Amino acid sequence: MPPAGASFFRRRVQGNLLKVKSQEPALAAREVSKSFDGREALGGVDFEVGPGEVVALIGPNGAGKTTLLSILAGISKPDSGQVEGHGVAWVPQQAALYRRLTVRENLLLFARLQHDAGLTSEAPQTMVERMLGLTGLSARADDPVGTLSGGNQQRVNIAIGLMAGPSVLLLDEPSVGLDPAQRERLWSFVLGLVGDGTSVTFSTHDIGEAERYAERIVVLAEGERVFNGTADELRSEVEAGGATGDLESSFLAFLRERGH
Amino acid sequence: MRWLLQKDLQILRRSPLQLALLVLYPILIALLVGFAMTRGGEQTRVALYNAMPPSESLGFGGEEVDGNEIRDQLCDRVDCIEANSTAEATEMVEAGEATAAVVLPEDTGDRIRSLASLNPEPPVIQIIVNGSDTVENQVTDDRIDAMLGEANLLLAQRLSEGAKQYLDLILKGGELDLLGQEIEVLGLTKSEQILRKIEPKVPPGTDREELKRAITFAGLATDNLDLAGPLLTAITQPIQAEKIEVGDEAPSLDTFAIGVTTGFALMFVTVLLVAGSVALEREENAFTRLTAGLVSRSQILAAKIGLGTVVGTAVALILLSGLGIFVGIEWGRAPYWLLALVFGAAAFSAGGSALGAAAREVRAATLAAVMICLPVALLSLVPDDAVGPAIETAISLVSAIFPFRPTLDALTGGLELSGPSLWLPLLHLIILTVVYGALARLALRRF
Repeated sequence: MPPAGASFFRRRVQGNLLKVKSQEPALAAREVSKSFDGREALGGVDFEVGPGEVVALIGPNGAGKTTLLSILAGISKPDSGQVEGHGVAWVPQQAALYRRLTVRENLLLFARLQHDAGLTSEAPQTMVERMLGLTGLSARADDPVGTLSGGNQQRVNIAIGLMAGPSVLLLDEPSVGLDPAQRERLWSFVLGLVGDGTSVTFSTHDIGEAERYAERIVVLAEGERVFNGTADELRSEVEAGGATGDLESSFLAFLRERGH
Repeated sequence: MRWLLQKDLQILRRSPLQLALLVLYPILIALLVGFAMTRGGEQTRVALYNAMPPSESLGFGGEEVDGNEIRDQLCDRVDCIEANSTAEATEMVEAGEATAAVVLPEDTGDRIRSLASLNPEPPVIQIIVNGSDTVENQVTDDRIDAMLGEANLLLAQRLSEGAKQYLDLILKGGELDLLGQEIEVLGLTKSEQILRKIEPKVPPGTDREELKRAITFAGLATDNLDLAGPLLTAITQPIQAEKIEVGDEAPSLDTFAIGVTTGFALMFVTVLLVAGSVALEREENAFTRLTAGLVSRSQILAAKIGLGTVVGTAVALILLSGLGIFVGIEWGRAPYWLLALVFGAAAFSAGGSALGAAAREVRAATLAAVMICLPVALLSLVPDDAVGPAIETAISLVSAIFPFRPTLDALTGGLELSGPSLWLPLLHLIILTVVYGALARLALRRF
């Protein structure tokens, strides 16, 4: 595991990985705890993501991934602990869109609300055209969102999250229900944003996806952070236990060794 | 907030079925209720067989009643279909062509005439009904009772007038036709006058005393028979009532029916629409995104109440316009009943918001809206004196905490000058809007 407080990330530049040391994390959580009806969902978790870094949150069901993301996004408040960061956008797991409205109408609604809330000064109509270009959905701008594929819905979903020009993008299981081709297009879109300097943190159950797209992996189990490092570091944690090179097997062995 | 309201209206426009329902529902209700209100006076069809000899005149005491007059009186309250025999009248009832049959027997005339004799035999008419429909039987009984009441009143009036003529003859004297011979009747008044003239000429003694007694009797009889006329009139109308109304003047039945119809439409459209729309925000996963720094929960709530108020008022306006084709609606009072519509729609919208926020699912919200609205609204229509004091209190309480009754009162007050006060129900609706709005806001905390 990397030393506490240190933040390393790899920025993808023209297909090459470049190691850059960050001075200040784009988003950080310190000793964050949260309980629901007496059941502890998070117990003193530390988390941080550097500028332009991609971090994957993995862990079994009920580990606290969605709770941590919602606290990082400011949607729910922690019982204790602190969150520091600005310009954070959150994209929910299921597309938070109005299926009867067209792509353009959905984008325009949220652009107007962002504009009225003072989150952006860009004119709503201009922003809609920019987002249509960014998502590559200009040709389907006037189609009801309900008629789009899951992948395209997710692109609109993410585009809305990007309207205010966030420095950190939080994605809750963004590729659930997408076929491999849709998943590839989605990640191509997201990594394009990373190339522009946006930090991305995403939760997933797909360990391969975490290894493929994230520079750093955080493992949560029963509300606690049990690992924070790269995929290779996770493998090395369990090599003594006889794990193979497969990250999913290493991950499962890692959890077993720690009684999860 | 305006963008949220615009978005909800766009979603509404995108749902052709929902939009069609919102337009067709008030039109359909207006047509149904309008037809029902304008055709309410349709009469019960009754088969009538008159076995009395044609043009038989029923004279008694100089008063004439003919068979056609009795028939017209019988048929004043019902739609009479002529039958040529008792069997044909019975068949009409069995075939459903008539709900009942009335047979006037051949001796009806004789029996009516006997009412003015020393041996009266009341006429008996036959009534044939189809016993297979309990509800229709009750309606038919009421119609037949009303029909016989009309005929009996006519006969009683004629009998009393005939009896009064006889009394006048005995009192004042005159000509009496008896078995074709004109007989002169002296009359009590003239008898007394003659006897008083003779009395001084009769020597004192037994004969004079007898004469005095005869004069006294004639005087008493004259005085007392003078009262017989009003008494006979009183018998035909034994009880006369003078109606005195206290309290607020009740609205007309038409206004009340319009108020109930509009209130029901407003309630269902608004509560269902808003409850579903609030729950939809959660089902579309948009609520969390909206409240993550874009708009507040209160703004979402205000937009939903605005949506229900706009759409509910529009639907009620379509309904009232449709009803206006059939029954008179005072368009000059539109500012008043529009106020009632807007405030009623707002209260129903706030109630719908609370339901939608509590139910959190469109299906559950819709089901809850129907299950709560219908019985509570019907309960609000139960008359106070139809139940015991404890239940009356419970009904009053339920009616007070649900917007239907105050909306109905405000609507009838707005539609008709003589209706209940408009302002008190409006205040009631404002209070309900605030209370339900607060409940909805609380429910949205755990949405």
